[in-house]
Amino acid sequence: MPLILTDTQAQLRDSARDFLAEQAPVSQLRQLRDTADADGFSRPLWRQFAQMGFTGVLVPEAHGGLGLGHVEAGVVMERIGHQLCASPLLASGILAATAIARAGTPAQQQRWLPSLASGQQIATLAVDETAKHRPQPHLTTATRDADGWLLNGAKTLVLDGHVADLLIVVAALPDGMPGLFVVARGETGLTPGLAVERTVMLDAHNAARLQLTGVRLAADALLGGVAAGGLALTAALDAGRAAAAAELLGLADEVFERTLLYLKDRRQFGKQIGEFQALQHRAAHLYAELEITRAAVLKAQQLLDADAAQASAAVAVAKARAGRSATLAVQEAVQMHGGMGMTDAFEIGFFMKRARVLQELWGDANFHHDMLALRQGY
Amino acid sequence: MATASTVIDPTPELSAFRETTRAWLLANCPAEMRLPMDSEGDVCWGGRNFKFSTPAQRQWLEVMAARGWTVPTWAPAYGGAGLSGEEAKILAQELRALHCRPALQSFGIWMLGPALLKFGSEAQKREHLPKIARGEIRWCQGYSEPNAGSDLASLATRAEDKGDHFIVNGQKIWTSYADQADWIFCLVRTDAAKKHTGISFVLFDMASPGVSTRPILLISGKSPFCETFFDNVQVDKRNLIGQQGGGWDVAKHLLAHEREMIGSIGDRAAAKPIGQQAAAALGLDAAGRLNDPLLRAQIAEFETDEAAFRLAMERAGDLGRARQGHPAMSSMLKYYGAELNKRRWELMMAIGGSDALEWDSERSHHGAAARTWLRTKANSIEGGTSEVQLNIISKRILELPGA
Repeated sequence: MPLILTDTQAQLRDSARDFLAEQAPVSQLRQLRDTADADGFSRPLWRQFAQMGFTGVLVPEAHGGLGLGHVEAGVVMERIGHQLCASPLLASGILAATAIARAGTPAQQQRWLPSLASGQQIATLAVDETAKHRPQPHLTTATRDADGWLLNGAKTLVLDGHVADLLIVVAALPDGMPGLFVVARGETGLTPGLAVERTVMLDAHNAARLQLTGVRLAADALLGGVAAGGLALTAALDAGRAAAAAELLGLADEVFERTLLYLKDRRQFGKQIGEFQALQHRAAHLYAELEITRAAVLKAQQLLDADAAQASAAVAVAKARAGRSATLAVQEAVQMHGGMGMTDAFEIGFFMKRARVLQELWGDANFHHDMLALRQGY
Repeated sequence: MATASTVIDPTPELSAFRETTRAWLLANCPAEMRLPMDSEGDVCWGGRNFKFSTPAQRQWLEVMAARGWTVPTWAPAYGGAGLSGEEAKILAQELRALHCRPALQSFGIWMLGPALLKFGSEAQKREHLPKIARGEIRWCQGYSEPNAGSDLASLATRAEDKGDHFIVNGQKIWTSYADQADWIFCLVRTDAAKKHTGISFVLFDMASPGVSTRPILLISGKSPFCETFFDNVQVDKRNLIGQQGGGWDVAKHLLAHEREMIGSIGDRAAAKPIGQQAAAALGLDAAGRLNDPLLRAQIAEFETDEAAFRLAMERAGDLGRARQGHPAMSSMLKYYGAELNKRRWELMMAIGGSDALEWDSERSHHGAAARTWLRTKANSIEGGTSEVQLNIISKRILELPGA
């Protein structure tokens, strides 16, 4: 498969670009932040996401989605990166939808996927328990309770957990293997034994910490049964990592474009600062880093679509590279914008903050380097 | 890394091509030619005076050349197999997957061939390309001069127009393997009054009267480069490529291919991944991690970049075939690939420790690691320095002012 977008994928990119540029400029994120918005994202925009099909991009057509792949999801995520649009798409449409589609029984898929595809319900995956990513649950346990389950433990960095209707909680089953449990929150948002604390992050996006104290669940809350969790968790995390890599690439491209414009616009010492070779070479190096990352991100998406079980190494390369390249891009952007880059009035800082969050999500570059080294036998 | 081995073909025809290619390679590549290369003698450069190190090396070249696969995309009339770009990509992937050594490495294939295909007359193509494909003539490149390095267009080697021939006088430097080459492709000045449009691109036999070479001893203790002197060398005008005064266009086209070649230098090594080499050399802890955690982190970061770079090269090829590429992309690949190969050999020296310090023992293959490490320092100088590549990216891709 050539490492370029097909015509249809390029059309989707263009329509996502035009739509998001008009409906979700960076100023919208600023407004959500400054008004301390109760949801932290725009519900009218979320309904538009549903109309565009974004919410169901990965959901099979049989369940009301578009039934597209990770390349298409990535194309949308890249444009979200350009606009820093806050939405539950990553948590709900990518991560949770993949978990349910991979692990869920036909009945469970029919029960939950259509409402995720239509955007009527928001779901998220609760996996991390400590400040650094570790996929295997060790604090949260699931024990048998009559014919159902009892969950105890704690979760952190649950993306959009404060607004999620469905929390897919990863818990250690009695045999130690991970199980994926769907915790549905009622009309009132209250579930006995579950405490949800909203955590506003530095990028004005939202997550939550969960405390689970004897949360009682029916038997069918476990996605797919006791053996389905491991592979589905990997699939969901890989989908999330590839999507986060795409968003990182999109935001890095955006700050790089803005920085190049600034280099051509800003004058000091009687010339455009872009005439200085000290800055030209740094810009050219960054260009090289981004182009190399672009190939890695697309390859990961293509492999997820072709054979997800074989994609983990490529996803790790993509996530590690995207995290590092975007970090370089935002640092260079702030530095080259000088004092302007440090001001809150200027938008560059928003990109730096978002890059920090995405770098940390589901494994930073060090995590993925370690994983790749182990896979390679060292 | 695992990313390179997982393959999806866009059509059933290409899948079938992959199957027949793999079967042919398994049947025809001598087992010896599927082992990692560990010395300079394992490289087949071809040419009038080439000494094959083993019968298998000769056999591998002959079967590959007969099939047109030393230059798979060239037309059969020029010694190629007429493969499409997609088929050639599959052939390269299968060669790598089976760890086949390159049957033939040559500046003729990488540099002169693409320039002749674009700028040569039909007669010139038919004369020179098949000999390149079969490894009969080994070429060297007469570009740099003592006073024309990064500023190549200031070159001064003079070619005086004598009607049906030129008389060439001057000196080249850093001419790779000039002392072993049969012919040279050479930039000469045919008009002293014009800088870029005073340059012409000519070919001539290194056995011509008036040509002499002097190897330059490098820090590696080896002499891959020469000084090359021309004293009233007669060059027939039928060996002028393109227009007289049009040599700079040929030179730039060829340089783009040279950059791709140097950029991909770490990729042709067909060696074991360095993480696995480190595991063999240094051992693992109980959790399966390399015993040296700080070195391990550097290696893992390197291998991640290497895997991504390989994909970027693949993507550059795909973009080219789809006519979506940028002509200056080769500068990006050259820049990054050269720096990457230097990183590889810094790590190889760290992995080798004191074993890699030995300079002439049998055990160390006569200092192979140390000498290669030193040789790689030229990667960011030859074919346009890293700084020149960054200048080209700044000017042609980023369109920064005054670049």
